[in-house]
Amino acid sequence: MTNTNQILTPGTIGRRRAAIIPEQPPQLWKSVKPKKAYDIVIVGGGGHGLATAYYLAKNHGLTNIAVVEKGWLAGGNAARNTTIIRSNYLWDESASIYEHSLKLWETLEEDLGYEMFFSQRGVLTLAHSVSDVRSKRRNLYANALNGIDSEWLTPQEVKKLVPIINISEDVRYPVHGATYQPRGGIAKHDWVAWGYAKAASDLGVDIIQGTEVTGFDIRNNKVQGVHTSQGTIATGKVGLVAAGHSSILANLAGFSIPIQSRPLQALVSPLLEQVLNTVVMSGAVHVYVSQAHKGELVMGAGTDAFNSYAQRGGFHVVEHQLAAALELFPIFSRAQVLRTWGGIVDIAPDASPIIGLTPVENLFINAGWGTGGFKATPGSGWVMAHTMANGTPHKLNKPFALDRFATGHLIDEHGAAGVAH
Amino acid sequence: MLYIPCPYCGLRNETEFHYGAEAGVGYPDPNTLTDDEWAKYIHIRANPKGWLAERWVHFAGCSRWFNLWRNTVTHEIGPAYLPFTEQPKAPSNIGQEEQKA
Ligand SMILES: Cc1cc2nc3c(=O)[nH]c(=O)nc-3n(C[C@H](O)[C@H](O)[C@H](O)COP(=O)(O)OP(=O)(O)OC[C@H]3O[C@@H](n4cnc5c(N)ncnc54)[C@H](O)[C@@H]3O)c2cc1C
Ligand SMILES: [Zn+2]
Repeated sequence: MTNTNQILTPGTIGRRRAAIIPEQPPQLWKSVKPKKAYDIVIVGGGGHGLATAYYLAKNHGLTNIAVVEKGWLAGGNAARNTTIIRSNYLWDESASIYEHSLKLWETLEEDLGYEMFFSQRGVLTLAHSVSDVRSKRRNLYANALNGIDSEWLTPQEVKKLVPIINISEDVRYPVHGATYQPRGGIAKHDWVAWGYAKAASDLGVDIIQGTEVTGFDIRNNKVQGVHTSQGTIATGKVGLVAAGHSSILANLAGFSIPIQSRPLQALVSPLLEQVLNTVVMSGAVHVYVSQAHKGELVMGAGTDAFNSYAQRGGFHVVEHQLAAALELFPIFSRAQVLRTWGGIVDIAPDASPIIGLTPVENLFINAGWGTGGFKATPGSGWVMAHTMANGTPHKLNKPFALDRFATGHLIDEHGAAGVAH
Repeated sequence: MLYIPCPYCGLRNETEFHYGAEAGVGYPDPNTLTDDEWAKYIHIRANPKGWLAERWVHFAGCSRWFNLWRNTVTHEIGPAYLPFTEQPKAPSNIGQEEQKA
């Protein structure tokens, strides 16, 4: 553990740690041209699409599957996110699906035979006001009832865990305490996508990049195929797993979903000495920070206010987030911003995902993970595979059906998720 | 940061505005709606890739709501117009792929 006076020096440690990360083999999955027909087509080669294909093959023995990706594999949000993993959500439905996912993470590297730098370094969620403390503690008790590890830390205990944090009362957003989930953490996002791609490909799944789905062949309200930039592919079942582009695809299939697509930005510093051994999140001030394996500080900002497909956002959003980060971590004032970027996140009215059947027969959807779906990658793929294989939802995704917006059974996670990850 | 033309105050920084999503969604008669139609009114808003007619409120200026054409791919700003007035045509189709809701 370091102390507050430590100087951030780019260089040595970062370089040393970079050397620990093993080289990739020249090829992880077979590059193929699409066949004329598949039993199942998954639209979207992000983490969730690849995980869906993998669990369809592994858990359900279905391998005549194509994953069709318009760009390159994991070029969407899968490898643009800040990789925070946790399961301490408020409502039972969310806690159940995120906890299922976290349990899968705990054995994923062995299961896929692939390193992903999954690191359970703990996740701190800060509270900055009386009402913040109340709602975080309420969340904590709900977690306890769901058997999810989560503890309350006083400001002094927070300081012990994160020596570089400023717990002075004399700031705009003082730290009044935090919840802590020790089993939470981070992973290396591109490696997660590659691991799923390799494992799915090894089981016989075709991964097709550079191919955009442009429409659907739907007859008698039943999907028969997908039109793509490389021709039509006949198929019995389709899974839409397209994150920010979900509503575009739903429209092409003739129905509407309650999704708005917004930019969400993140940034990194150069490689620095280790100063932060856990993940720190603050919903109130929009700061989410961890120090990645090579030593770069990774920070997430808030969403931009407006709908966009541009994969970039306004600098004032980043500036707002950095101002808060500097107050919490004065030592960061000596770090530089190396790079900022954005992804397009798919936001549902209740900040919860939509996973299940659609008005079109044999066409399934998995969308709405918004700002926080990386952590759910294994669990989302698992329940989506179950839903597609059986034609009915798994018990964990049943509450996340598209029809909840008509029945009124919303799962309001704005408190626990909101813009947080 | 976007530069947004408030019809009352002129060009101002985006940080002076709040966003209000799709423009022109009329309030339906709740007595005649099915649950599905009500859900659609409450929850579904256009999310096109291309030009979108949307609402903004100039909270840090005149506090008034207005409508604006903006391109969701290029972030180009089109004409602004007042609610309940005739909607100008969408600007030329640069970057436009999908126009319907
Ligand atoms: C900056 C940022 C920070 C984030 N931080 C976190 C975090 O800390 N923790 C967390 O849990 N979550 C986080 N998230 C959210 C998380 O990244 C997403 O919820 C998750 O990655 C979405 O699933 P995916 O990986 O399958 O999406 P994507 O990788 O976006 O996959 C969707 C794919 O579909 C493809 N596609 C779209 N349309 C078509 C078409 N017509 N034909 C073919 N392919 C198509 C896209 O090209 C894309 O590759 C963050 C997101 C962003 C942007
Ligand atoms: Zn004005």
